[in-house]
Amino acid sequence: MTAPGSTAPGSTAPVPSIEFEAVSFSYPDGTQALGEVGLRIEPGELVAIVGQNGSGKSTLVRHLNGLLRPTSGRVLLDGLDIRGIHVAGLAARVGLAFQNPDRQLFAGRVAAEVAFGPRNLGLRGAALDERVSSALEAVGLGSDAAANPYDLGYSRRKLLALASVLAMRTPILVLDEPTTGQDARGVARVRAVVAAAAGEGRTVIAISHDMRFVAECFERVAVMRAGRVVLDGAPDVVFGEASWPELRRTYLEPPLAAIEGARLGLGSTPTASRFVAALNDATGRGRISVG
Amino acid sequence: MTAGLVVEGASYRYAGAAERSLRNVSLELAPGRVIGVAGANESGKSTLCLLAAGLAPAVIGGRLEGSVRIDGVETTAIPPHGLAQQCGLLFQNAATQLSNTAATVFEEVAFGPCNLGLPVPEVIERVWWALRAVGVEEIAPRDPARLSGGQGQLVALASVLALRPRYLILDEPTSELDPAGTRLVAETLARIARETGAGILLVEHKMDVLARIADEVVVLAEGSVTLSGPAAAVLADPRLAELGVEPPAGVRLERAVREAGLEWSTALAEAIE
Repeated sequence: MTAPGSTAPGSTAPVPSIEFEAVSFSYPDGTQALGEVGLRIEPGELVAIVGQNGSGKSTLVRHLNGLLRPTSGRVLLDGLDIRGIHVAGLAARVGLAFQNPDRQLFAGRVAAEVAFGPRNLGLRGAALDERVSSALEAVGLGSDAAANPYDLGYSRRKLLALASVLAMRTPILVLDEPTTGQDARGVARVRAVVAAAAGEGRTVIAISHDMRFVAECFERVAVMRAGRVVLDGAPDVVFGEASWPELRRTYLEPPLAAIEGARLGLGSTPTASRFVAALNDATGRGRISVG
Repeated sequence: MTAGLVVEGASYRYAGAAERSLRNVSLELAPGRVIGVAGANESGKSTLCLLAAGLAPAVIGGRLEGSVRIDGVETTAIPPHGLAQQCGLLFQNAATQLSNTAATVFEEVAFGPCNLGLPVPEVIERVWWALRAVGVEEIAPRDPARLSGGQGQLVALASVLALRPRYLILDEPTSELDPAGTRLVAETLARIARETGAGILLVEHKMDVLARIADEVVVLAEGSVTLSGPAAAVLADPRLAELGVEPPAGVRLERAVREAGLEWSTALAEAIE
């Protein structure tokens, strides 16, 4: 784990820790979306947030860039209440890619869309161009810079929204359902983006229903139900057999590899590669026969 | 007259587009059947939905060659209100589907049946049926604009189901759903096909859903049908991954075991089934 306040290479700001301190939030129509959520995320952690539809996942992460303010409780970056951080300061630290790209896109050209954020950070000229082209390359839209965002299909608009956030090079990257609507290649791009950010020591927080993506790309999984965090740990723990009753109450299913690993007595195998390794090991020791 | 939604040798070019988005696509959706549509992003899946539902070319223009018929009648010969009653279309982006006029989820789902001019008791009955079918009856009094992504998608689907169309054209109805919601929608669609005889054209990126409920699967690549046939055969086809489609979890696990040089025995296959 990186020390708090450490600087990620290629990014301007140090990576702050995040702390949700008894955060509750109710929407104006009275729906309570969050109930005293307590969650601490260290700099550089890769955290997946999973849970039922309507369990408060998107509401929680919208507190990170000040889109929502807690009804009670506090959200702290490096121990500082984000109420005290001005919007521009927050935008430079937390990049949030929305679930629905159409709530985010507005420019007439793909390149302009991606340039908007870094331009507001004060970048101009070659530095700005470099930001834009590297962000577009990262999501595979390098050849679409001149297109109109709305001429792109839904999946590419979603990748464009991701590129706009990447171009900010924020120390904290928050992705709300980044893999939905993506085909196998699109999912691979998103995985590469997460891996690259992780390699630079940034914090990545992603909301996802794709348990395979979660198990393979994240080191920590927080499970939400009805506005609370009910499970929090490594994929081994959260998808391990002991957690299944809680997952079931949350209407979640562990990845198939975890289910089959447990059925064959292989222990907690949240990913296919872990499953195969455990199976290899077990057959090598003659514990089970697959011949 | 043949009952069914028939796409025959259909090619389609959007208005102003240089290239055709669909090329010589044929499929036949019989009442009570579920056809899954898979393919990489921008392979023509959503365009096929617009074509099958008759929105293309009738509403959005563009050029259609070939034929799209609903129960023997060309879609180009059916007026929009007629199409709406026969084909229910769920858009990929559920947020664009909601009417933005309803104050509650209940009214949102009632919007379609009201427009069909149904008697009020039937509208009410249909709304509750549709909300229950997708498991969102509890949020009936909520504001549709303040739902989570997944809830919004379920409400949009309920709105389409409440029209009780003969054919359902669903463009990724589970994309924003949690695993339980995905399972519920899959089971509900299978039941609707079985019990009401509706034909369902289902675009999905989740091959596990198609493995569970599709009778047939069609895989598109660059606007053409590249694989088609019984669901089990297509979903186990080794070419699937090259076509940008992630195989179902069971198929992936089997492959991982084989690639590790372990034998995939009947016993193991059964354990994993």
